[in-house]
Amino acid sequence: MSRHRARPASRRWNVSPVFVTGELLLTTGVLLGLMVVWQLFWTDIGASREQAGFVTALGEEWDEPLTVDALLQEVEDPANTVNVLSEEQMRTDDAPVPSRAAIAETFATIYVPRWGENYVKPISEGVSRARVLDPKGIGHYPDTELPGQVGNFAIAGHRTTYGKPFTDIQTLKTGDAIVIRTEGVWYVYEVTDSYIVKPNYIQAIRPDPYAPTAAPTKRYLTLTTCHPRYSAAERYIVHAELSYWAAVEDGVPPEIVGSATVQEAS
Amino acid sequence: MYAFLWGLVPGPLWVRILVVLAVFVALVFVLFEWVFPWVAPLLPFQQQTVTG
Repeated sequence: MSRHRARPASRRWNVSPVFVTGELLLTTGVLLGLMVVWQLFWTDIGASREQAGFVTALGEEWDEPLTVDALLQEVEDPANTVNVLSEEQMRTDDAPVPSRAAIAETFATIYVPRWGENYVKPISEGVSRARVLDPKGIGHYPDTELPGQVGNFAIAGHRTTYGKPFTDIQTLKTGDAIVIRTEGVWYVYEVTDSYIVKPNYIQAIRPDPYAPTAAPTKRYLTLTTCHPRYSAAERYIVHAELSYWAAVEDGVPPEIVGSATVQEAS
Repeated sequence: MYAFLWGLVPGPLWVRILVVLAVFVALVFVLFEWVFPWVAPLLPFQQQTVTG
């Protein structure tokens, strides 16, 4: 009973404004700490798996294999006519252009051999964080051109967190292949340039990023992401130019399935 | 504040500890699942697009 009698005294102490303020400050600290944990670790855990799910779903929708493993299997299966592309099948005439997707719709995949043999991520329409970049990974700037088009096919992705599709962007070198796949068509781009700019450098995603007022003559692919890592102070930009396109039914680009398979096939 | 809330939790000590843990886990779930994903795009970090 003596414990109960002791309570009113301690309660009076507890409602002291200083004490409550201290508790609220501690609570704020814990909340901010939790948010950091969520942002840096939690968003990554689900996102990588979900983005792989979008690739699988797209492959099922098109009824075409999209993961590198599935493509390799298709190429190596002797019962299959699908092969690694030959030089004649790499086309440099006017490329087919896919139709514009609805906002948040996944319409393409991207392969970057430099970022790992099995690197494949979905590309969805739009660069809204809430609708595209956070839940779906890579987004296409809706005001920019489409794959294969003369102009600039510009895409954005997270450098850190949310599955971090562009985390290794600084490893891309001139000449590296970046392959875009839409329904029925491969677009193979070659990295030509990379640099760091301020976030308002909108020129990077203009049809011709080197001459923003001129009519475009080349087919660019542009990657944008944040720089430095864990910061939003600047943007890392990578430009690539279309080196060739090919019909999916003709085969798989050697850039994706590796040189070992090319020798086997030739 | 917390001493007052602790006073509201019924039962013996171990039940109280369990209840408080359960409430904490539920709170973290709500924060991770709904609150943080809603707040994050409003903060000026983690931007990766160029805008004019």
